[in-house]
Amino acid sequence: MKPISPKPSPRRYHQASWDEPVIFELSQPGQRGVLLPPVETGIEQEVGNPAQMLTDQLRRTVPPALPELSQIHVLRHYDRISQENLGVDLNIDIGQGTCTMKYSPKINDQLAHTHKLTELHPLQDFSTVQGILEVMYRLEGMLKEISGMDRFSLQPGAGGSAIYANICMMRAHHASRGEGKQRDEVITTIFSHPSNAAAAKVAGYKVITLYPDSEGYPDLEALKAAVSERTAGLLITNPEDTGIFNPKIAEFTRIVHEAGGICSYDQANANGILGITRAREAGFDLCHFNLHKTFSTPHGCGGPGAGASGVTEKLIPFLPVPTTEFDGQKYYLDYNRPKSIGKIRPFYGVTANILRSYAWIMSLGADGLREVAEIAVLNNNYLLKKVLEIRGVSAPYAKGKRRVEQVRYSWEQLTQETGVHSEEIEIRVTDFGMHYWTSHHPFVVPEPMTLEPTESYSKADLDEYVAVLNQISAEAYTNPEIIKTAPHNCTVHQTQQEPFDNPDEWAVTWRAYRRKTGKK
Amino acid sequence: MEHKRLGLIVNPIAGIGGRVGLKGSDSLDIQQRARMLGAVPLAGERAASALELLLPLSENIELLVPPKEMGETVARSCGFNPQVIRTSGLTYKSLAPFPIGRGEGGDETTPEDTRYSARTMQEAGVDLILFSGGDGTARDIYTAIGNNFPVLGIPAGVKIQSAVFATTPRSAGELAAEFLQGKGVRLQEAEVVDLDEDAYRLGQIVTRLYGYLKIPYRREVIQNQKIPSPASSAVQMQGIATDVIEQMKPDLAYILGPGTTTRTVAEQIGLPKTLVGVDIITHNELLAADVGERQILEMLERRPLGLIITPTGGQGFLFGRGNQQISPDVIRRVRDENILVICLASKIAALLGRPLLVDTGDYELDHLLAGYIKVITGYHERIIYRLISGS
Amino acid sequence: MNTKIPVYPYIPNSVPDVKAEMLRTVGALSMDELYADIPANLRFKGKLNLPDRLISEAELIRHVDGLLNKNRSTRETLSFLGAGCYQHQVPAVCDEINSRGEFLTAYAGDPYEDHGRFQALFEYESMMAELLNMDVVNVPNYDGFQASATALRMAARITGRPIVLVPVNICADKLSKVKEYLEPDIAIERIPFNPKSGLLDLTVLKTLLSEQIAAVYFENPSYLGLLETQADKISALAHNAGALSVVSVDPLSLGVIRPPVEYGVDIVCGDIQTLGVHMQYGGGNGGFIASNDDVKTVMEFPSRLFGVAPTIVEGEYGFGDVAYERTSFALREQGKEWVGTAAALWGITAGVYLALMGPQGMVEIGESIMQRCRYAMKKIAAIPNLKVTYNNTPHFNEFVVNFDKGGKTAVEVNQALLDRDIFGGKDLSDEFPALGQSILFCISEIHSQADIDRLVSSLKEVVK
Repeated sequence: MKPISPKPSPRRYHQASWDEPVIFELSQPGQRGVLLPPVETGIEQEVGNPAQMLTDQLRRTVPPALPELSQIHVLRHYDRISQENLGVDLNIDIGQGTCTMKYSPKINDQLAHTHKLTELHPLQDFSTVQGILEVMYRLEGMLKEISGMDRFSLQPGAGGSAIYANICMMRAHHASRGEGKQRDEVITTIFSHPSNAAAAKVAGYKVITLYPDSEGYPDLEALKAAVSERTAGLLITNPEDTGIFNPKIAEFTRIVHEAGGICSYDQANANGILGITRAREAGFDLCHFNLHKTFSTPHGCGGPGAGASGVTEKLIPFLPVPTTEFDGQKYYLDYNRPKSIGKIRPFYGVTANILRSYAWIMSLGADGLREVAEIAVLNNNYLLKKVLEIRGVSAPYAKGKRRVEQVRYSWEQLTQETGVHSEEIEIRVTDFGMHYWTSHHPFVVPEPMTLEPTESYSKADLDEYVAVLNQISAEAYTNPEIIKTAPHNCTVHQTQQEPFDNPDEWAVTWRAYRRKTGKK
Repeated sequence: MEHKRLGLIVNPIAGIGGRVGLKGSDSLDIQQRARMLGAVPLAGERAASALELLLPLSENIELLVPPKEMGETVARSCGFNPQVIRTSGLTYKSLAPFPIGRGEGGDETTPEDTRYSARTMQEAGVDLILFSGGDGTARDIYTAIGNNFPVLGIPAGVKIQSAVFATTPRSAGELAAEFLQGKGVRLQEAEVVDLDEDAYRLGQIVTRLYGYLKIPYRREVIQNQKIPSPASSAVQMQGIATDVIEQMKPDLAYILGPGTTTRTVAEQIGLPKTLVGVDIITHNELLAADVGERQILEMLERRPLGLIITPTGGQGFLFGRGNQQISPDVIRRVRDENILVICLASKIAALLGRPLLVDTGDYELDHLLAGYIKVITGYHERIIYRLISGS
Repeated sequence: MNTKIPVYPYIPNSVPDVKAEMLRTVGALSMDELYADIPANLRFKGKLNLPDRLISEAELIRHVDGLLNKNRSTRETLSFLGAGCYQHQVPAVCDEINSRGEFLTAYAGDPYEDHGRFQALFEYESMMAELLNMDVVNVPNYDGFQASATALRMAARITGRPIVLVPVNICADKLSKVKEYLEPDIAIERIPFNPKSGLLDLTVLKTLLSEQIAAVYFENPSYLGLLETQADKISALAHNAGALSVVSVDPLSLGVIRPPVEYGVDIVCGDIQTLGVHMQYGGGNGGFIASNDDVKTVMEFPSRLFGVAPTIVEGEYGFGDVAYERTSFALREQGKEWVGTAAALWGITAGVYLALMGPQGMVEIGESIMQRCRYAMKKIAAIPNLKVTYNNTPHFNEFVVNFDKGGKTAVEVNQALLDRDIFGGKDLSDEFPALGQSILFCISEIHSQADIDRLVSSLKEVVK
């Protein structure tokens, strides 16, 4: 027997494709997926059936038209469509820049599945939940050390929620000094995460966005033009989504402080700087982390994540309530906080992710976190070098400088030369089992591509990803049709877009779809 | 794909001057000089590049064209079987001795031929008019049919300053194909600007904003998934307008510059707006429409004025490309804090980091105005952006 | 035996040779060079003061077990706690699906490589739509509090009005969140409740309505467990004043309770934790918002809305974002809030749950819960020295018990129950002083008759 030919590069990927119907189409009348404890005769005799005795105003007369399936069919359906999905476990997910798609260790998932966490009710007496309270307390301590902040709230549900909490604390701080009405503007930058601007607007602020200078750094002179006695604060991500660290960040906070504002550090992009540089030394009054980014908790198709809001001493009174406390002997939750901004969400935070983050940090320690940051940066700069060898790509700004943990590239040259756009490459990439993301809007970097390798991928992984981009670049110059008609190797082919924007056609639900298409 | 009708207008003279170093091709003697120098018009080739991309859809597209060099020739040479416009309204009649610019008659094709063709196509109800030419052609089409009809330019002139052109003939073809297939392509208004011809040949650059055409623009094939739902341009402009109106002082009148963004301010107050001209308004009434510098200065004698202005001309000129009525004398008389600069964030992003420019004609004033300015980009949204002298 | 330079299982390129090779490739002599652009005065000196690392899984398990074993869960202790977090049967298949790595570790791919995620969430939206009889349901947001706050902001944007009416007897935590979120644009006024029935006081509601009111918000069941029998009237009153009717519901009740759209509600919201998500100490929330398929309302959703469309190949289901560019023309463009990581995995889970339950299951669970709840109320009401406060109003799964008569405080009662190895209910006395010393007890389909009898006999002892 001759040896079998080796695997080519890029590999001949094809996504799983079950041609699976929508679950309603699998319904078999009468089937049940799960049963309930039967109601005892004793109860029935005492009270009858109150649900059926409700008045017409409240009683549902026709059962909901849910699909009927036996248990294995539900399992099989969802297992099948789960296969038609890519996640960190499956693919080299370095294309989701700013999301920090790192490995979520399975051991942490297993630890979070114990009934000692999942079956806890949040209103249980403190004496019965000392374990989880201690985990929350300890994680807060770790985040304090990592950032230099004085206290944390683990209540926010994710990054946007943490940013919003920080803005509310900013607002409360100024209100407490009688300057609430006067200070109605916040400053951010175009390369910071747009949730900063969006959350600030919801909180009632006017948002001033700074555009970068010609080198791609936030423009210090622009900041000076932006601050005034109306400035409530600065909301800034650093390094920004371009992967460039702003070396003048302490200058930024100084200028805002001089104007009477306070500064909130969006640390969504902290992965490359753990143990290297901290919010405190840069002069920040608040910061936030995304536990589902930097601290490894899984992304769950879009949540649940978890956010952590950190503050310096003067803002502690405004923290969301309750805070986790230790009196030397017992852990408890403190609700007695009259100046608190109140609650950000029900209860205390996404506890499963709090536990996962805690376990992750425990398994790495200070040296491990340092290694995480350094390798994330090394991987990114290695990737930068390799990607820049591809025809048609550039990395605008900061020429010759190192990037931190991600880079925003531009395919502008390739687009000019071939007419192929970044969004089209984005789809073609899926034909190889990969993914990438362009950028937030508006596209200040033209034809963008934002890649963030994190520390979880090997050199071989990075090389494999680059090989795919290289192939597509070559295709753009020689056979652009194959890009423009992608995807070819995914579960489905190009989807028609018009129905999504046309109110007469759009269908957010199966029932709407049936109604509008006349499908039986 | 549904059956669609596409109009194609080729301006056979477009671009004729450029290749031989003459600037533009609008007046007859330029054209003749160019031909004598052996120039060959570009517009036909360019149109062909675009049409090639529509060929796969030819079964579902009915092409409507003016005769001969104004569209028919290119269409047939690409493999289409077009319907030809009746030519009784066209000025060119019999064959002319020169090999170009020849229609059914007359010596050359003229702007009136372009205008007639566009009007006919509009009346025939085509779904899109594709034209191959330059700023002059764009201007002619705008004059003929206004800004409520889908049009897209294939760049084929020397002067391509207007925003109504695709970046290349190929991308014009692609965009047209996507639009006709109903593939999520939207329409938006784009500026038609043109140089003042005579001044240009004397070395002076004076552009005018002539109007707007509605062009298809490219929407992403796949949306970006992580970001907040972007508000459409229309909504953003509404937001800008709301913000501006909030800021307008009740007893102050404002000079309202030309542009679609400034027009939204007027619309929201319920006032008419001269699209390419300058009006004077208060927060609830129109004081004067389509004013020139003189009238503005006269009003400034009687009362102070504020200024609401947006960059025009596609290259980020805040002053100097289409709002010359707002002269240096006017600008000097408006207090800084009463100048409101407005612009869509997407237009700022399209500058790709280049600063905004001023070219008032007054060198000293340009330098006074330069620096970091606040631009309103949405409701309660501002940016700080660099402004430099562009002269 | 200490490995000097550890290789980390989570960090493939921590292998020294690989690291060295990559440094060479990028032209750096050391890692420090890669950080050259960070100014020295911003560099953290030394090592972070964190606990010693646990490099093996065995040590990590031991350590975490050591902590979590200090907890006593509701699997070990009979619990009647509710008040926003609920103990229900979580089918094993729900956990199986939301543990699958393909779903757990995916994020924000487009509808091609993440076809499965889009289909799963579209199916979730669709099944919720059947519960609600409405055509538009969003991809989940953070939680029920957020859903309520956003629904109210939507109502304000749609109507252009600046005030919303909210019942006095809603959860204080929820009010805190909603109030903060609505500031500074929208004000809240409170609707009192009838002390006898616990339901909204419609007479006062009528006086509060005006042209300034964007929405009347109520809950069904209410925070105190009551089913709002006047729901039709509330919606009618709201509409008469040009306001919207907004209600927050427990989706688990909708097998037996009428879909809110049928009693005139315009926007429905709530929390999906009750649909197959473990309590997780309060970490299992997800919010939903639903409406009819009218353009004006759809355009006000800040969340994503996944929809279905054909692809270029016949017979394929394609998915994508509906109305991705919101094109609403609200005059006061206050910003459509923000979209981010929220609770998608719980949405998928809720879909699995609803598919397992089916129509019959949803009817049965509603009936079962109401039967057990009414049984508990009846038995407890028969105990002297206490009162079931709203005994004559229909309830879903929770009810208030007042202990003033017997002179016991709520704290004492709960402590006494704890001593008998029972987690009691939520102490309401601080939140609603007008209710006196009261506790909110919650009953679930997993409470057997014996469980309830045990609560009854314990209470009997406690208040003697």
